[in-house]
Amino acid sequence: MATQDSVAEGREAPRVPLLYDPKLRSIAYQVIVFVGLFAFVYWIVGNTVANLQRANIASGFGFLQSRAGFDIGQSMIEYTSDSTYGRALLVGLLNTLLVAVLGIATATVIGFIVGVGRLSKNWLINRICLVYVEVFRNIPPLLVIFFWYFGVLSVLPGPRDSIELPFNTYLNGRGFYFPKFLWGEGSGLIVIAFLLALVFAFFVRRWAYKRQEATGQQFPVFLTSLGLIVGLPLLAFVLTGMPLEFSYPELSTFNLRGGMQVKPEFLSLYLALSFYTAAFIAEIVRAGVLGVSHGQTEASFALGLRPRQALRLVIVPQALRIIIPPLTSQYLNLTKNSSLAIAIGYPDLVATGGTALNQTGQAIEIVAIWLVVYLGLSLMTSAFMNWFNARMALVER
Amino acid sequence: MKKLITALLGSAVAIAAAPASAATLDDVKSKGYVQCGVSTGLAGFSAPDDSGDWTGLDVDYCRAVAAAIFDDPDAVRFTALTAKERFTALQSGEVDILSRNTTWTISRDTALGLNFAGVTYYDGQGFMINAKKLQGINSALQLSGAAVCVQSGTTTELNLADYFKANNMEYNPVVFEKLEEVNAAYDSGRCDVYTTDQSGLYAIRLTLANPDDHVVLPEIISKEPLGPVVRHGDDQWFDIAKWVYFAMLNAEEYGITQDNLDEMLKSDNPNISRMLGTEEGSKLAADLGLEEDWVVRIIRHVGNYGEIFERNVGAESPLKINRGINALWTKGGIQYGPPIR
Repeated sequence: MATQDSVAEGREAPRVPLLYDPKLRSIAYQVIVFVGLFAFVYWIVGNTVANLQRANIASGFGFLQSRAGFDIGQSMIEYTSDSTYGRALLVGLLNTLLVAVLGIATATVIGFIVGVGRLSKNWLINRICLVYVEVFRNIPPLLVIFFWYFGVLSVLPGPRDSIELPFNTYLNGRGFYFPKFLWGEGSGLIVIAFLLALVFAFFVRRWAYKRQEATGQQFPVFLTSLGLIVGLPLLAFVLTGMPLEFSYPELSTFNLRGGMQVKPEFLSLYLALSFYTAAFIAEIVRAGVLGVSHGQTEASFALGLRPRQALRLVIVPQALRIIIPPLTSQYLNLTKNSSLAIAIGYPDLVATGGTALNQTGQAIEIVAIWLVVYLGLSLMTSAFMNWFNARMALVER
Repeated sequence: MKKLITALLGSAVAIAAAPASAATLDDVKSKGYVQCGVSTGLAGFSAPDDSGDWTGLDVDYCRAVAAAIFDDPDAVRFTALTAKERFTALQSGEVDILSRNTTWTISRDTALGLNFAGVTYYDGQGFMINAKKLQGINSALQLSGAAVCVQSGTTTELNLADYFKANNMEYNPVVFEKLEEVNAAYDSGRCDVYTTDQSGLYAIRLTLANPDDHVVLPEIISKEPLGPVVRHGDDQWFDIAKWVYFAMLNAEEYGITQDNLDEMLKSDNPNISRMLGTEEGSKLAADLGLEEDWVVRIIRHVGNYGEIFERNVGAESPLKINRGINALWTKGGIQYGPPIR
């Protein structure tokens, strides 16, 4: 290309008027946009501050330290009406996380089952899964929540006529009650045994893998690990003299007391979010599996893999590459939809924040906290899923 | 970078925009109606009737304000607000006046930037239970362990926590944002106890599936002075809000009613003629920013306090609540209108 180079050198760069210089232009546009944006933010902040001052409304985050004065129905940490607003918001955040994490796990499981069911050659299973997906995908999530809360759980009988289920569990309009485990002395050993079993299982797996690489012989890793993880804690349990008692739910004047209670507000939100999101996940899974070319299945059969092995070792790893990115947005949706909790009185971040907002009147601060928390949760979920996606991505050599 | 942002924000604060116009009365006059914040539906205080028109004690107060300004009780538009939305709606100027069974407290008067114009109804918080399901319970002190339905963001929610704590009792709060949601939850048996202001309990009882099954327990656990609210920063509007109400009280005190208004206009009692604007050269109305016959307009279109009380919550209404402490001071109550002079 020597000739071309010499031609280029020999010619002077064409003079472009400043107005038409693309580089200068792009800089100018960015400056204009930045100045505009800044002026806008400046105007908003100034206007807000002026109006707050004019109306003599308190501002700042100092209120987080003062006594909340209201009670919260469900809390994972110690909370009374003497706790601070900050703690009330924390209780709400934990409740949001609880329903989001459990919802994501359940929705994923249901979604995978239904998604694979949609591909089944069995006509009945196939149609049932199709109906499930079409029904739940086409109803607004709020209605699904109302369906569970008003349609299913609130028509259950009152505490005096609770439905008795096996193992001293009860179901009534106030929720689901089951015995509480009261661990006695020496129960710490059981936890240690469980952790030990996990470590052992890990090493067994590594050893078995190496042996298979070297000799081609297989080892029943799954059964051995299961034996270890169940057996060791069980052994510890028996050896320490079974330090376990139960607190059973019993009827008192108003409610069932003792034991553990899962409230209908949580239950309906959790079930609704799981079933609703699962319909979307099912379609993503179906698309992922169908996205793997049929040649891959045929090739793995040709290599002598059994259908289950082919699915586990060839199809699913490739399908996951298609599934994970859209799955992330479903997880984000589920987390954000959990704020619909307010309609049925589940004390999530929006509900407790709303109460604090009303008691203190500090709308801007509380709304800012909501925004930051939901943004933070979404970014963290995305970051985790991106990491997971990178791990699952096809490694090209 | 952080410093830069702080500096930018700081300068933004320093050159903060000039305060917006504060004259609510002028705004109201130019748009031709009063925007009034009411509840989402509480019988006797603010609820739409069969034909969709708002009625109730709180509604009539807003109509009185509209009558005083426009000589037209229908020059008012209503915004239904939940307990949670109400203060933000008033602060942001979405409504001109909030007349929504709202309790007067110091923090609302100060930190929230609000002004209470008076107490249109002296109330107190009570408890309601289903007596058919919970026989043998006749005192709030027997409620330990109960599930209690309550509306979020109310003083009720706070009093409830304080009352159970002070009496060393446990309870399980079931909190909803909307009144209808609380009603539905209580009616379906999600909770044993319903707590709100006693007047509210009587009103809600009428809407339940079997009103006769439910009883209101005798205890009153709090003071709930309910009244209309305006925002800080407009004294003229605050004055109008106050004196429209005081005029209705004074009218009752001097026996001016919708029926005898025309006779009263001929009265030579100086107190009455001053109030009704028939006194020569009186500047009272002008100083308030209203027309001379502002009280006449209120009484003609809406009535005096006694009339709106009986019509909406008293003997002439399904609620049948006694005047009790809401009677005039001359009749053993504590309703007392400062003199119009």
